[in-house]
Amino acid sequence: MFARGLKRKCVDQEEDGEGTLAGFSTIPSYSLQRQSLLDMSLVKLQLCHMLVEPNLCRSVLIANTVRQIQEEMTRDGVGRGAAPQSTGRAPLDRLVSTEILCRTVRGPEAGVPASDLGDGPLPGPPPGLCTADSAEEPRSPHSSLWETDSPRENRGSFHKSLDQIFETLEHKSSSSMEDLFSDMDSSYYDLDTVLTGMMTSVKPGLCDGLEGFPAAAPPPASTCKSDLAELEHVVEILVET
Amino acid sequence: MHQPPPASCSRSSCCVCARVGVRVSALAPAAAPCPAPSRSLGPRPPEPPSRGTSTLPLAPLGPWCSPTGSPAPLSCETGCGEGSWILVCRLLVPTQVSLLSMEEDIDTRKINNSFLRDHSYATEADIISTVEFNHTGELLATGDKGGRVVIFQREQESKNQVHRRGEYNVYSTFQSHEPEFDYLKSLEIEEKINKIRWLPQQNAAYFLLSTNDKTVKLWKVSERDKRPEGYNLKDEEGRLRDPATITTLRVPVLRPMDLMVEATPRRVFANAHTYHINSISVNSDYETYMSADDLRINLWNFEITNQSFNIVDIKPANMEELTEVITAAEFHPHHCNTFVYSSSKGTIRLCDMRASALCDRHTKFFEEPEDPSNRSFFSEIISSISDVKFSHSGRYIMTRDYLTVKVWDLNMENRPIETYQVHDYLRSKLCSLYENDCIFDKFECVWNGSDSVIMTGSYNNFFRMFDRNTKRDVTLEASRENSKPRAILKPRKVCVGGKRRKDEISVDSLDFSKKILHTAWHPSENIIAVAATNNLYIFQDKVN
Repeated sequence: MFARGLKRKCVDQEEDGEGTLAGFSTIPSYSLQRQSLLDMSLVKLQLCHMLVEPNLCRSVLIANTVRQIQEEMTRDGVGRGAAPQSTGRAPLDRLVSTEILCRTVRGPEAGVPASDLGDGPLPGPPPGLCTADSAEEPRSPHSSLWETDSPRENRGSFHKSLDQIFETLEHKSSSSMEDLFSDMDSSYYDLDTVLTGMMTSVKPGLCDGLEGFPAAAPPPASTCKSDLAELEHVVEILVET
Repeated sequence: MHQPPPASCSRSSCCVCARVGVRVSALAPAAAPCPAPSRSLGPRPPEPPSRGTSTLPLAPLGPWCSPTGSPAPLSCETGCGEGSWILVCRLLVPTQVSLLSMEEDIDTRKINNSFLRDHSYATEADIISTVEFNHTGELLATGDKGGRVVIFQREQESKNQVHRRGEYNVYSTFQSHEPEFDYLKSLEIEEKINKIRWLPQQNAAYFLLSTNDKTVKLWKVSERDKRPEGYNLKDEEGRLRDPATITTLRVPVLRPMDLMVEATPRRVFANAHTYHINSISVNSDYETYMSADDLRINLWNFEITNQSFNIVDIKPANMEELTEVITAAEFHPHHCNTFVYSSSKGTIRLCDMRASALCDRHTKFFEEPEDPSNRSFFSEIISSISDVKFSHSGRYIMTRDYLTVKVWDLNMENRPIETYQVHDYLRSKLCSLYENDCIFDKFECVWNGSDSVIMTGSYNNFFRMFDRNTKRDVTLEASRENSKPRAILKPRKVCVGGKRRKDEISVDSLDFSKKILHTAWHPSENIIAVAATNNLYIFQDKVN
């Protein structure tokens, strides 16, 4: 049921695997967990780009993962329901990941002096554009992305709360940041079985995934009202403190 | 390589001298004398030149180059193999504090063994970040996050102390890199030593390259056992004498003194890397070396510090298109025109500098087709290569990715000839390892002297060895609790699901904060050095 490998094969072989795709996109737990993986990656990228000189290898790998997830979501019609297939790669390449990655690496790059050996004057925006207002800029692309794609109403409100988390993060010390993420420690364990489980002989049932999920601390893409309320509560606490 | 002209170098004030013969390791007791002549693999190299005498340069082709060397047997899983590994000594990189007080404290430490500190006292700066034997195996260098280089020297063999063989003692310690601040980019440059590479020994002195994220330095480590005495204008303490009191002239003489080892920086290769240097590699012509960062590889001449050649540049014009970075690079051990570099996409490129000065186009491209049944969102991350090493023979390349170590034949580009699973049980944990960032850990890998065994690290202070001939593998643990000096290391086993047997450790109880990223194998003998946080373990193959 969760054999993503099988599904990919279908997609690769024939472009319109409509029946299969539709079948898979109806499985909530997989797409939810894929969404939370995406959110986790975006948070990582966000934290990366707060650093002046992040580990480039790590940020590139995370950004590629984000890209991969988003491409798959587009294919599945989950990520961008309205996106016309004919536009092909052009819109994909300008997804969130690229924006954030570009900011991540351009930050230090923009400040590179001309003394850098073998490096001509670098094209790119002036440093002020990159460093100023680090919180708002990258978010606008994906907020629009997320708000248009979501068939559900509460998506927007969720995204707002994620925004608040980011804002809070930026004004908090690193220790409070760690606190926030330490809550999530165990939340992705059940993702393991679903997202990487297809190569193990025992495939987790749908129920396992669903059972495990509500236990996860802040499941970002959860449609459950109570979870959202909880999230708002967390944000409130963070804002207050 | 030419000897750097001494006249052009001023001695730096930051060199620290360590007394020779000071024993810092205290873990190898005289009890349980067990003769442990280490097995030599294939023909032995010429004896390391005795210190203090001028020696010929080592032949570029080491004796270990013959791939026909007898395979070194590995301990099998039951521990009853032909050979087993014993702990020779556990060394701690001395901290700054103990350096200052080394002379007075060392004797008491020897007596009560309390020099070995606990894990909990280790500071971030003490964490070992690289380990490297020199070409004879006589010296072993470590670099740490605090920017220090500590060189250990193998204890001289003596007839009545056979059991002491294989022990390494502190030879020299110096501060190689200091934390810096780049005012133009407004960023801190860590002092952490990313890599150390020894130059082949050409005279009594030793030379090594050490690098942090941005700057490579060439260090000379030499011994001094004589000092000039009897100056006319200075007294014995170095104070100037009143010229009026000088009534006679004398000839200054060199008098023997206690042996001192001093480290002096001879060259500083700076300002050539925008990104973080991940590898340095000395060319087999001994005149050049390369340094690789995330996006570029530079070629340097040892004599020239103010310019380097950029031989690889994968930086896209538009950084938004960046999807791949360089993760490691190394020169071929014998062909000075050939080098390889690995990428975050799991590929290896072999370049020939004869083809063009700019090696942006590769000569060979090693890539394994992806197994569709193993695809996941983490496929690319776990296939990112963390280390690449040529075999001593130059015929094979070994690469380490997150879960496996692979051996490639230079003559076959489409798939590796051997793939070894290092810790396949982590495959089901990738999401949590992604979450806690362990998935980005950079494990290194090494060959043994005859290219028949490969070694690499894992979590929980485990390290793995794979015998390429017998296809046997073993998991060993470098820990203070579980290894007594001279005791045979017990192979460890990780249990995957189901019932856990005695002596097995379950995947869930692995400690992911204890990781073995850096190991080194003696160039000709079965002696290995394993860095576990701030501890350096030296193990030796106990034969018979």
